[in-house]
Amino acid sequence: MSTFGFTEEQNELRSTAARFLEEKSPSAEVRRLMETTEGFDEGTWKQMADLGWFGMAIPEAHGGIGFGFVEITVLMEEMGKKLLCAPYFSSVILGANAILNAGTDAQKSELLPGIADGTTRAALAFVEPSGKWEADSAEVVEKDGKLTGTKSYVVDGATANLLIVSAKTGNDISLFVVDPDAEGITRTPLQTLDMTRKQAKIDFNNTPATLLGEKGSGTAALQKTLEQAACALSAEMVGGAQACLDASTTYAKERYQFGRPIGSFQAIKHKCANMLMEVEMARSAAYYAGWAAAEDPDELSLAASLAKAYCSDAFFHAAAENIQIHGGIGFTWEHDAHLYFRRAKSDEIYLGDATYHRELVAQKLGV
Amino acid sequence: MRWTIEDTPERAAFREEVRGWLRENLPKGWCEAIESGDHAALDKAREGWDFLGWSRVIGMSGYGAPLWPKEYGGLSGEPWMQNVVREELARYRLPTVGVNILGVGLAGPTLIAHGNEEQKSRYLQKILTSEEIWCQLFSEPGSGSDLASSGTRAVRTNGEYIINGQKVWTSIAQLSQFGMLLARTDPDVPKHDGLSYFIVDMKTPGVDIRPLRQITGSAEFNEVYFNDVRIPAENLVGVEGDGWRVARTTLMNERVALSGLSLDAAAFMGGTRKDPWGMFVDSIPNREDLRVRQFIAKSYVEKEVKEITQFRANMARMSGSQPGPEGGVTKVYNAEFNKWRANGIMNANGPSSVAWDNGDTAAENRAHAFLRARANSIEGGTTEILKTQMGERLLGLPREPEVDKGIPWKEIRRN
Repeated sequence: MSTFGFTEEQNELRSTAARFLEEKSPSAEVRRLMETTEGFDEGTWKQMADLGWFGMAIPEAHGGIGFGFVEITVLMEEMGKKLLCAPYFSSVILGANAILNAGTDAQKSELLPGIADGTTRAALAFVEPSGKWEADSAEVVEKDGKLTGTKSYVVDGATANLLIVSAKTGNDISLFVVDPDAEGITRTPLQTLDMTRKQAKIDFNNTPATLLGEKGSGTAALQKTLEQAACALSAEMVGGAQACLDASTTYAKERYQFGRPIGSFQAIKHKCANMLMEVEMARSAAYYAGWAAAEDPDELSLAASLAKAYCSDAFFHAAAENIQIHGGIGFTWEHDAHLYFRRAKSDEIYLGDATYHRELVAQKLGV
Repeated sequence: MRWTIEDTPERAAFREEVRGWLRENLPKGWCEAIESGDHAALDKAREGWDFLGWSRVIGMSGYGAPLWPKEYGGLSGEPWMQNVVREELARYRLPTVGVNILGVGLAGPTLIAHGNEEQKSRYLQKILTSEEIWCQLFSEPGSGSDLASSGTRAVRTNGEYIINGQKVWTSIAQLSQFGMLLARTDPDVPKHDGLSYFIVDMKTPGVDIRPLRQITGSAEFNEVYFNDVRIPAENLVGVEGDGWRVARTTLMNERVALSGLSLDAAAFMGGTRKDPWGMFVDSIPNREDLRVRQFIAKSYVEKEVKEITQFRANMARMSGSQPGPEGGVTKVYNAEFNKWRANGIMNANGPSSVAWDNGDTAAENRAHAFLRARANSIEGGTTEILKTQMGERLLGLPREPEVDKGIPWKEIRRN
């Protein structure tokens, strides 16, 4: 069994990331980018690539650095704290892992170096207007190497320059690589509750596509990708929840009513204590899930659902309490509380909410 | 949970040593039965097992309190050694503390931190071997959460203290040789400054122990009355007036003990046949019902995050240090989780939770657990008090204005 605990290098990565994001993703920048169509900054994206963040979990043979999922956990947590606007989750987590899980060696060597150096921004188109999260739910159909149908809720789907698409191939599901500029594609940006993370609907009409890996391997590869993504998203939610706790605590010390800081009232103090407990528990779940993704393939599936179930509720609760503790100011557009609240709801629902994942936990436990 | 810490060579060697010792000192076949998963063999090995005798044996070995100094029966060990011992005890389905839970868990660490040489050599060894059982005399009918307002009086005269007053919620008072007593030596100063901490011999004339019937119908706790009880002055722990500081050591250790104990008990009681989780699942009917499935899964998720958090706390503890307020986080979580789960088990079992055939032990146990769980968030610090501490000590939130601050104890409005 492997050791858990962060290594010195991983702790160093965390503090580098925290410093970088503090500078590159302050509230003003998040607010600037969320109003743009692309939703991210090219310059910052390149700098993150230079820091090696995109190739973290990609093997060296395919242009990455060859670390693992624990590093991803660290980065996602720090990004979540600062609501970083960038296609990291879509490209590095969903895209790269889909290719790693499904692709042939030749395809990995062809596609992954671009993701690692940031020139490729991949998006994974696996959900459809039906909103089903299951890996085998695709209704988009492949016929003679061409795809027809509609994908939706594709994170960064409108700006990606590489699409990985799940589609029905006869009785099973396969993954395909699609050029977003190929014929028959219409990409329509969606209005998103969380403006810091863009989503799109993508229509395919006889669009040429290249099979990724073996025909019929899509369900298993996608399943694993979604489990890995749930681990990463859980880490992001821990970061977000921690930011909410920090904001609430700071405000509770500074805000005076009835001649005393509101944090001296038990009603507020206990809310903060509850958030602290839940953030710590969520952190445990997310770190465990990240560790399982890195080290223990047998445990990944259960750990992913466990973390997604716990962290979804914890982040939403923290974000909601953060608004309540701030009172009127927390209800304004000007204050960041709503940005976290929006992200919390979006993260909670994405890949399945807590209720959904608890049912998966029951199934995985054989109940 | 398959998350473990990889042993360093030093840790692996110590683990081997502990295992070897257990193999030699447990009844024949016990360890082998667990290693091979042979339930029948384990039942056989455990037949007639003497828990008190076992508490003595482990107490003599040093493994009962690895952190205690060698001269008092410990191993002068580091926190990681305690963890290893606990892991091995859990592996072989043994409780991690013996009969003398309060002695080893609370009185010992308090005496080590605040006792004088005579007290340490007189008491510690016998605590460890369970030859002398200890109880805790803190709560009073008028002083629950506000423990520092305690009113049991200790008056010094001619080399002894005379004690008058009443304590409550004292477990195992009848079985105890000694008690940790918090009493007021000076009513004319603010509440925290007038307390002193004593060792009281429970057989002293004037100590009157009365069982207190509780919510479950049984009596786990007692009321203890003191009527002119004479305590020799050498039984004062620390200095007169400094009792609150001493008591806080006891309380911190209590929280740590309580945050782990129920898990421990579950592992032990759940026992030989199955893991506690499997027993829990088996006890829930209608497992195809979506609402029931949500309850079961949520129980699992909450249990796991709690255990992982305890694991993380243990890792932090491996680097040393006295227990701090973070023990409160797991204590509160544990308490609320137990209450929530016990309640959910009742609902999942429907009408059979509230009416059953005479002699239906499953139903009786369910009702007992449901009722007993109410105390989890009261005993050892209420959830509300601990949340206040978390807010103030871990998050740095400002304190509530204190209306009794700086006022002599005797002038404070009390029950």
